[in-house]
Amino acid sequence: MEDTKSVYSICSMCTVRCAIKVEVEDGVAKWIEGNPHVPGLEGSLCAKGSAGLAFQYDTERPQYPMIRDGERGSGKWRMATWDEALDYIADKLKEITDKHGSKSIALVDRGGPFTDLTKSFMKALNSPNYLDHDDTCGKNTNMACQTLFGYGRTDMIYDWPNTKHIVLYGRNVFESLMVKEVNSILDAMEKGAKLTYIDCRATVTASKADRFLMIKPGTDYALNLALINVILNERLYNVDFVNKWVTGLTELQSFVIPYTPEWAEKETGIPAQEIINLARDLSDAKPKVILHGGWMLARYFDSFYSSRSIYILNTLLGSIETKGGLIIAKGAKDASKKPLNSLGTNIPDVKDKIFDADMPGKSLGTGHVVNIYKVIKTEEPYPVRALFVYRYDLIASLPDPEAQKKALDNLDLLVSIDVNYSKTGWYSDVLLPESTYLERSNIIGTQTGPKPAFIMRRQAILPRYDSKPAWEIFTLLAQKMGAGQYFPYKSIEDIWNYQLDGTGIKIEDFNAKGFVSLAKEAILMGRNDLKFKTPSGKVEFVSQTLEKNKFLSFKPYESPKKTEKGIFRLTFGRCGYHTHATTQNNLYLNELMPENVLWINEDEAKDLGIKNGDIVEVSSNGYSGKIKAYVTPFIHPDAVFMVHGFGNEIPMKTRSYKKGLNDNAFQIGQLELVDPVGGGTAFLECFITVKKA
Amino acid sequence: MSIYYIYQDQKRCIGCYACEIHCKTWNSVPLGPRFCRIIPVGPKMIGSVPRQQFIFIPCFHCEKPWCVSACPTNAMQKRTKDGIVFVEQSHCVGCKSCITACPWGVPQWNPETGKVIKCDYCKSRIDQGLKPACVTKCTGKSLRWVSAAEASLLKREKFAREIAKFGVMY
Repeated sequence: MEDTKSVYSICSMCTVRCAIKVEVEDGVAKWIEGNPHVPGLEGSLCAKGSAGLAFQYDTERPQYPMIRDGERGSGKWRMATWDEALDYIADKLKEITDKHGSKSIALVDRGGPFTDLTKSFMKALNSPNYLDHDDTCGKNTNMACQTLFGYGRTDMIYDWPNTKHIVLYGRNVFESLMVKEVNSILDAMEKGAKLTYIDCRATVTASKADRFLMIKPGTDYALNLALINVILNERLYNVDFVNKWVTGLTELQSFVIPYTPEWAEKETGIPAQEIINLARDLSDAKPKVILHGGWMLARYFDSFYSSRSIYILNTLLGSIETKGGLIIAKGAKDASKKPLNSLGTNIPDVKDKIFDADMPGKSLGTGHVVNIYKVIKTEEPYPVRALFVYRYDLIASLPDPEAQKKALDNLDLLVSIDVNYSKTGWYSDVLLPESTYLERSNIIGTQTGPKPAFIMRRQAILPRYDSKPAWEIFTLLAQKMGAGQYFPYKSIEDIWNYQLDGTGIKIEDFNAKGFVSLAKEAILMGRNDLKFKTPSGKVEFVSQTLEKNKFLSFKPYESPKKTEKGIFRLTFGRCGYHTHATTQNNLYLNELMPENVLWINEDEAKDLGIKNGDIVEVSSNGYSGKIKAYVTPFIHPDAVFMVHGFGNEIPMKTRSYKKGLNDNAFQIGQLELVDPVGGGTAFLECFITVKKA
Repeated sequence: MSIYYIYQDQKRCIGCYACEIHCKTWNSVPLGPRFCRIIPVGPKMIGSVPRQQFIFIPCFHCEKPWCVSACPTNAMQKRTKDGIVFVEQSHCVGCKSCITACPWGVPQWNPETGKVIKCDYCKSRIDQGLKPACVTKCTGKSLRWVSAAEASLLKREKFAREIAKFGVMY
């Protein structure tokens, strides 16, 4: 008789973290499906999710702790035991902190619902320098949201099922996909919701849209200013909502006077009448409209203001905290439940300030990951000499890999903790293999939303190799660093029991569905009883936070840099079956797309003598590479596009080794180019020359 | 034709190729062969919007399967109880007659065994009252496991909705 079991857990093939059910036979994971108890999933899973089995049973991933045995990045390693590797790290850290203090340690995390562990670990080491990857992702959007509502990006939950009109700005929901969101949007469209899609490229999402607006890259802000202009001029806004909840309407009104649809047509290439029609259609559907504020919006120098203008549009249409609009996320407290206990509660607060707290010329907020390179290079305001990189591939994510490596050379210790061979891992001094998501349990997380829940990733199978789960790695490290009293845990159950203490919820309560809902129905604030966390308690079109930090609430529009013949703006994104730089070597996903191609506009290609399928040479600032051209009318003439994450240089990953091109490698000199207000990386300020090879 | 059918709702298909991977992982299909395939068509402009379709092609499990008639060793068989067409691996000699015979290119060559393999609607799952892997986990719930009779009804209903939605009178 086979020994079989079903385990509810959480996927980790991408960072969406869909709830899953894993079927295990004789200790082997045989089948993964979307958690049948989660509406919008009910079994559904994407290609990456299913390919988790190929990842699990692949040999081309780190199998034991490795200590560098040659130059950084030389690929020379020695195999180590956990004790040896952790002692090595602890000894180095002690040397570094003796000289430079505990604040000279930093940790870069990806982010997500389980970061209480890493944040508490840094607190236990008495360092303020915890950072996440958000500058390369949603930071501009997050900051834009904060300055208007006092809530962050992930606090504004899109109520897809009840909406009537969806507007997406390059938010390619059907390829850069979240399974639950895909189904919610498809359901809404089946019920008659309209989809407007705006992008410089016709994606799969464009091919499902009711209206597709091909926009000149870098001009979204112009479009939005014109939409605001029409909505205010024609009094298409939700007057009651705006009068009650908004500050700064008059200032906005005078600001947008010059930004007419006719003006925007010249900037964006979208006909003025189309802009007027869109504004009127949105008004007809208000307040059940969703203009997506942006997910990965680390793109241009004005992405912060572009995103902010999207949220202003939502506010004008009254779609805040209403069904079919943007609902403010609720946590345990909103459901009258006790929140999880933080692992850091009993650890003394860190007195030192994070290194970019007072950095000159800094953008809003602190903990900007791009600033890690500034501090490593300049040692201002103080030296950072040891860096932990957890679940995040800095070098594959940020621009200009060579510039990054040069900066990282100033570190005395670089430790990478990952399930993959990442570019950063390959450049590290110590590489610690974390157990895969099927092999590990994580601390319990809170999923905020209209219906908050506690979620649990639970180990389904034993580790195949000499790896450890994150909770154990950080616990052991804390103990070796003399901070063991703050990490007294011997098992994940110890941690779970501590987190749940006083909540009235027990570990067994997760058995039935894998999560514990904290509310039966969506929690909505009353329409007259809204609470915004801004200084004024209102939606601040004129933002006190911005003004206090000497930033404008309304930034005048500036045209993007013009491209010349044969030179294109390099854009990048995802397809439905690869994510970041982590899936290209997966047996099955590699089979679907072994290398990327370069989308190029057909008229531009014709002028350059490039035919579909030709090999072209692309170059920027002395770096060049070859790639196959995909000649199409469905991309704006100013832009070229490639799927992100290719160009693997680690020989251990044989299937993807040297296949395709890495967009970041062309972003030379861009490491410190950011949106000056939001702080997000300006990835798309990259221009490349294309010619026939 | 088998008594079953996999109906694909084009409106809900996002061309994510998950069905192919759900199938490959369940059936342990090696690199190369694919039991079902998504074939992208387009994009092309239809009026003012780009349109792209992703055509799902599994085995159709024909009533009179060319592959079964062509098979000299009786490896390719049709299940009596429900019409599922499958390969009895122990009988297959790798002659590839079925590959030539099938009008849709469904039978697949397994380079590791030198035999033919193909979509059998995940019959071991069907026998347990489950649905094929591709349908069970379809990302956008585009694929539906229905009877042949239901498939025609679904198609008619969808057509009717389209007419009503666009106000076109026929």
